[in-house]
Amino acid sequence: MIDRRRVLLLAPFGVAAVAGAGFYATLGRMRTGDFDPHEVPSQLIGKPVPAFGVPAQEPGQGFTSLELRGPLLLNFFASWCVPCVVEHPELMALSRGGLPVWGVAYKDQPAAASNFLARHGNPYARLGRDAGGTVAIDFGLYGVPESYLIDRQGVVRWRNPGPLTPAIVDGRLRPALRALS
Amino acid sequence: MLLILLALAVPAYAVSNPAEMLTNPALEQRAEQVGRQLRCLVCQNESIEDSNADLARDLRQIVRARIAQGDTDDAVQAWVVARYGDFVRLRPPFNALTAVLWASPVLAVLGGLGAALWSRRQSEAPVPLSDEEQARLQALTRS
Repeated sequence: MIDRRRVLLLAPFGVAAVAGAGFYATLGRMRTGDFDPHEVPSQLIGKPVPAFGVPAQEPGQGFTSLELRGPLLLNFFASWCVPCVVEHPELMALSRGGLPVWGVAYKDQPAAASNFLARHGNPYARLGRDAGGTVAIDFGLYGVPESYLIDRQGVVRWRNPGPLTPAIVDGRLRPALRALS
Repeated sequence: MLLILLALAVPAYAVSNPAEMLTNPALEQRAEQVGRQLRCLVCQNESIEDSNADLARDLRQIVRARIAQGDTDDAVQAWVVARYGDFVRLRPPFNALTAVLWASPVLAVLGGLGAALWSRRQSEAPVPLSDEEQARLQALTRS
C-alpha cells in the first residue's frame, strides 16, 4: 500500500521531469537552427520538379524545368529579402566549390535584382525571374530564400526553407549531395 | 452623403481589396468557403481569407481563378494540398498519419475509464484480518 502511494506521488514528478528535459532539448535545437517549429515539409521530395519556365533575369539566362538536370541547387531569392543577404556568401562558396547554383528572382524588380547581384556577387549559373510568384507556388514555396537540391534526373532530393547557413550546408546539404552519387 | 457611403459599403470580408472578389456572388461565396479552410503558410494560424500576407493573397487569387474556371471545391483544395501538403488544411483529414490525432479524445476517455476501474478493483477486496488482528478487534469491542 505504501509503495503504491509512493508511486502515485512520484509519477507526476517523473512525467514533469521527462517533459522538461524534452522541452529543454527542443529549445536548444531551435536556438542552433537545427529545428524550426514553423517548418512545413516539402511535398516535392523524391518527385520531379514541376513543369515551368522562367524568363531571363539580368545578368543571367532564363531556363525551363526540362533544363534542370543536376546535381544543382535551385535557389529562390529576392533583393528585398534580408535573410537572402545572410545566405548569399554560402551560395557564392557553393558555386565556387563546383556545385552549380541556379537562381529564380522571386517577385522582384529586374533592376533591383541585378543591383543586388552586382553588389553581393553573382553565384548563379542560370538566372530567371518569377515576377508573379506562380512558379514558387508550384514548388510549395512559402518564403524566400528557399533552396532545392535537384539530381541528374531532375528530381528534388532536398529542400531548405530559409537561409542556408554553414551548419545547414555542412550538416544537411553536403550529406544529401553525397547521397546523390 | 453618409447614407450613400453606407449603401456603397462592402461587407467586411477578410479580403481587404474588393477588386480581388469574384463578381458572381455564388462563386465568391464558394471561394471564401474553400479559402477559410486553407492555412496561410506565412502566419500559420490564419486562413488565407484572414491573412494579409502576400502569399495568402496569391493563393486567394488562385482559388478564385480555379473556382471561376469551373473547378469543384475539392479539386481546388487538392490543388493546394498537392503543393503544400495536408498541413495547409486547417481541418486535418483522417489518414494513417492523423489517426492518433483524431482518436486522441476517445483514447483519453478509455484511458481514464481504465485507470478508474483499475484503482477501484485494487481497493475493492480488502485483505482479511489476520488471527492476531481478529483477536485484538474482539478485545477492543468487548471492552
